[in-house]
This record gives sequence, structure tokens and C-alpha cells, in this order.
Amino acid sequence: MASLIAGGVDCDVHPAVPHLTSLLPYLNDYWRDQVTTRGMVDLVSQSYPKNSPIVARPDWRPETGKPGESLEDMQRHVLDPFQLTHAICNPLYGVQMVFSEDMQAAFCRALNDWLVKEWLDRDPRLRGSIVIPTQSVEKSVAEIERCAQDRRFVQVLMLVMGDSPLGKRALWPIYEAAERLDLPIGVHAGSAYHNPPSAVGWGSYHIEDYVGQAQAFQTQLTSLIVEGVFAKYPRLKMVMLESGVSWIAPYLWRLHKFWRGVRMETPWVDRAPLEIVRSNIRFSLQPFDAPPEPETLIRLFDHMQSDELVLFSTDYPHWQFDGQDALPEGLSPDLVRKIMIDNPHATYPRLS
Amino acid sequence: MNIQFRESTEAASPLTTKTAIADCDIHPARATRTELYPYLAKRWQHHLEVYGVHAYQGMMEGPPYPKAQPNASRRDAYPPEGGPQGSSLSFMQKQLLDPNNVQLGVLNPLNTGQGIRNHELSAALCSAINDWQIDKWTSKDKRLKASIVVGNEDGLSAAAEIRERAGDKNFVQVLLLSRNVEPLGQRRYWPIYQAAEEAGLPVGVHAFGFGGNPITPSGWPSYYIEEMVGHSQCQQSALASLVLEGVFERFPKLKMVMIEAGFGWAPSLAWRLDKAWQRLRSEVPHVKRPPSEYIREQVWWTTQPMEDPERREDLFDVIKWIGWDRLLFATDYPHWDYDEPSRVLPAGVSETNREAFYLGNAQKLYGIS
Repeated sequence: MASLIAGGVDCDVHPAVPHLTSLLPYLNDYWRDQVTTRGMVDLVSQSYPKNSPIVARPDWRPETGKPGESLEDMQRHVLDPFQLTHAICNPLYGVQMVFSEDMQAAFCRALNDWLVKEWLDRDPRLRGSIVIPTQSVEKSVAEIERCAQDRRFVQVLMLVMGDSPLGKRALWPIYEAAERLDLPIGVHAGSAYHNPPSAVGWGSYHIEDYVGQAQAFQTQLTSLIVEGVFAKYPRLKMVMLESGVSWIAPYLWRLHKFWRGVRMETPWVDRAPLEIVRSNIRFSLQPFDAPPEPETLIRLFDHMQSDELVLFSTDYPHWQFDGQDALPEGLSPDLVRKIMIDNPHATYPRLS
Repeated sequence: MNIQFRESTEAASPLTTKTAIADCDIHPARATRTELYPYLAKRWQHHLEVYGVHAYQGMMEGPPYPKAQPNASRRDAYPPEGGPQGSSLSFMQKQLLDPNNVQLGVLNPLNTGQGIRNHELSAALCSAINDWQIDKWTSKDKRLKASIVVGNEDGLSAAAEIRERAGDKNFVQVLLLSRNVEPLGQRRYWPIYQAAEEAGLPVGVHAFGFGGNPITPSGWPSYYIEEMVGHSQCQQSALASLVLEGVFERFPKLKMVMIEAGFGWAPSLAWRLDKAWQRLRSEVPHVKRPPSEYIREQVWWTTQPMEDPERREDLFDVIKWIGWDRLLFATDYPHWDYDEPSRVLPAGVSETNREAFYLGNAQKLYGIS
């Protein structure tokens, strides 16, 4: 087992909102009244059903409430034992499923304020991601600018399956603001369920949606690269969170081949997709979908031809590994240091 | 491809002699708009003239994402006697079959009755295409074998078409496309798998198709390149559906071929399925074994378009993880992203693996010696 080292950055932990009513103190009178008068229910996405085995490790599951809703548990389960200097909080509360841009903006604002007050203020190791109301690009930019004044927000968070492909030009003001404010865009697994959760329609099962997250990340990378996001915003970093990593190299071989074949269609893509990924895209470590043999892992990392792509994550409280085995077997000490410390700091300017 | 590739610094490794090969993805085309009419009832001829074809997408002619080349095909593949690329047997023989020593060529017609909203028309067009494949192609060149195309959204009529053709040696597989109204594992498609298994025919799943769903899980992308690269994601979702709905468990003799969607994604998909299944198997108790086992036993892949790593030997790792016995060489003739047989495999492949890759695996799967 590759040895963990102290001082690492966990780039993907999930504090849970206990219930929609937990956000009431952070809503204005109008929205507080809307929530209560209309009897709105908790916003739990199908991407993460509370009792699903992948949503919490058995020994990380609380006796009552949602996995990840207690700071003390997070400290006891990951922050202390993994000797982390920082952990980046990516709330997966289902605000993206809302269709009204006004309601979504109110909920996002409340969620971000809740994160500051209930988490960031209570443990100096924690950092946050700004959840944005993507139904309105204008409101998203305003929320980014509002939250960015607090340097503890280190990233903007979007879902991998939203309303439109992430490269679409309509979203670019979000990327302009993020680049200007030193905020990478974190793209996390999960769907707003405004489109079928696979490119071939609605499947039957939770496991199907979960496996399918990897394909969603692949189509989003294609969109981001071929629309020219990184030609326009060369300093912008994007981090694929809970994406899986073992598909990266073969996916890029295919994209690269087609780019060479039909690049006349997108002439603004001025660098090879492989180079764009190496300079602008990063991936969180967990889940690591590969057999346990070190020789396979060594080949997979070698195929990536870069030791800068992967950032350490536990994906707390999701069940991706047992015990302290957050690092798959076969990583060299140098690579462990890159993954746990150097790569996260190089990706998130606001960490230092 | 008729696109100039960067030359490798290593010498290319042309086949020293023209070893016999199988080409498992050839696309035959109609020379004229009305070439199918002799195989269609008067009613459907009239329907086509008056109403045309309404697929699960809005355009009456052509695809929603314009191709990179006319008909997505090589500009040097127009037959001298006229007609679109791939519409002349004699020119296909001259350009593809003879010079490459193709011993087995599997026909996969694409513009058929599949993906059409009127399911009766869909069935009629598919049946007509099947007759046309025999008359125009397989009866005239014994190297060519046909695929049974079926009205994909109506499982029962599709199964009837398969049963009608079962035992006819002109046909070596049933053909579906990856994008349908629902993911391919859903129950509505099971009669197709049942009939194919009974007939002892593999089911090929070719990239493309129209099912009405946005072609990414976050909506419609902008460009042709996104559709092209995205075929591998559609195929992965379709295969995951087949595994997780229990199709391979229910039809243990069924063999499926993933056509023209790459194969580099197969190991990571299988690993991911296995890992998720360890956690979530209580949701899918009908999936009795690790998903990778079904895939290893019941799925094959055609090679074109071959993944093309910067370091070409990296491909060997992926092929080793899939199995050298599972890949079927294909050119995709006459399409623009054609793979040239002499240059798809990096140097350093054993003679046994090379023979299996180019010919043996296909002969075995399709029962042709």
C-alpha cells in the first residue's frame, strides 16, 4: 500500500445539508415563506440516495441523519486521521434540480452562506466551493463575485450533467469570472435530471446512473475542449470531481484522432486536446476504477504521460475504499507527494 | 482516412504479403433514391413519395450534424459509373476487396428503416434492405455476408424478421444501432435478443442511430466531432444497460459485437461496473456475476476507428486487458475515417495474435471458415 503523507489536500469532501429547513436562517423573508407555505420537501437528488451503499462507508454512516452532516464526524473520519492541511467542501445538495432561476439563486446563496457559517468558520482546514444557479448565467456570475470576496472559497462547483454541455458559449461569462478571480471550476458527478442521465435515454437503476457518470464526464471534456473554452480562457483550470480516472488516456487517444481528422470544424482549437488536458484539466483520485494489481495502475498512470493530472481525494463520506486505503497500490513516493500536495496547490491558487 | 496523418518516426509496418483479412464493417449504399422500391409494397412507395421518412430527429434529409465529407465517405470512393460511395459492387471489389485480400466482408447497411417513428414503415424498409443485400451484394460475391437489419423499436416484428431470415447463409448477424428510444438493455428489445440467440446469430451494435434523446447526458452538443467522439460514450451506456438489465444472464449464448465505437474504453468501463456492482448488487440481484465476466465472455469489438496513442505500443496494454481473441478488424469502407489494414497495428505483434486480429476471430465468431 502506498503510504499517505501528512500535509495533504483532500479535494473532494461532502458536507451534507441536513434538510431544506436547515437553510431557512439563510433565506430572506420571501423565500422562507415560500418554503414553509408551499410545504417544500428536502432536495435530495437521485444521484445520491441517502441509504445507498456508495453514499456512505458503513463505518462513516451516522446512526441518524445524513452521512456527512456532522463536522465532528468529518474531523474524526478524515481531517485528523489523514493529517490534512486542507479539505475542499463540495456540497451536493440538490439545488441544481430546481427549474426557477429565482428560487435556484436563493437556494444557492443560502447554501453558500450555510457552508461558511456551519463549516468554514468552525474548522480552519476547510475550504469551500461556490455552488451556482446555472439556470441564470447572470445570477451565477453575481454569486461567484459575491462569494469570491471570501478567500476560503477556492472553486466554483457545477454538475457534470446539467442543462447543456459545459462548453456552450452561453456559459462563458461564468468561466470569465472564475478565471479572473483565481477560481478553478470543479465539475462534480451528479445530474440535475433535466436531461436523461445517459446519452441513450433513461436507464432503470441507480447503479446505471452511477456508472454512467464517467461517460458524462467524457462528453463534457469533449465539449469544453472543442468549443474553445481554454483558447479563450487559457488560465482557467477545471477539475473533474468523482469522475473516475482510468478512462482518461484511451478517451484522449480517440478525441485526439478525431481532432486531427476534423479540426477544420473547430479551427479555434489551437492546441492538441492532449496538451489542453495537461495544462488545464485535473481529476480527483477517487473513485479509482481499476483492478488492485500495482502493475495495472502503473500502466494506467504511464498512459497519462503526466504526473500532474490527479489530485488527492477521499470523496468522504462516499464509499470508495476501506480503512486508510485512499491511495491505490503501486504509486511511487514521488507521485504520492505530487497527488497529495503539489498538484492541489498548483491547481487551487487560493490555497496558499 | 483521406486525411494526411503525421508520419510516425518509426518505419511503417506494411504487411509483407497481402495476408487474408476479414473486414467486419463495410457500408453498402443505394445507387439511386428508388433502388429499394422493387422490394417495397406500393403503399410504402407512395408513403415515401408523399410523406418521406420521419426519424427521431427533425431533418427530412441528411443528418443533424453535417458530416466532414459528402456522405461521410472518402472522396476517392465514388464509383466511375456514378452514384454515391459504396454503391457499386464492382468498384468495391476493385478498391477494397481485391487489393486487401478480404476473405470475409460483413455488410452493415446504415440508412435503413431503423430509428424511424412509423414502426410499420420501419419494418418494411428493413425487410426490403435485407432482400436488397442478397440481390445486389451477397449473391454476387461470396466473400460478402449481410446483416439482418430490423425495426429496432418494435421488438416483436424485429424478432419475426430475424426468424424469417434464420438459417439463410447470406446473413451472419443481426444489426442494431447504439442510439435508440431507450437504452438497449430495456425489455422492449429482448425479443430481438431471444430470436438472435435462437438463430445462433451475433447481434452487432453499430454506432449512430436516432432515438430522440439528447446525445449527451447534459443535452445537445454543437459539433460533428462531439457526435463522433460521443459514439463511444453512447456505446458504453448501451453496454452498461445490457449488463445491468441482465440481458447476458438471461441469454447466455447471446454474442454481441460493438461496432465502430472504439474499444479503448472497454477495460475502464468493466472495472467501473465491477466496482459499483460490489457496492450496489442488491439493487440488481439478477446480475449474478461480476459484470466484467459477462463482457469478457459475450462481447466482441470491431477495431475501426482504432485508438491512436502517441506511443502506439500503449495500445497493447489495452488490447491485453480486453483479450486478443475479442477484436475484429474493420475498415469502415467507404467512410472517410477508413482504417488502412497495413498500418493499424503497431509492430511487435505475435503471428498468432495478428492472424486472430485480422481474420481468425471473425471467422470463428461468424461461423465462416
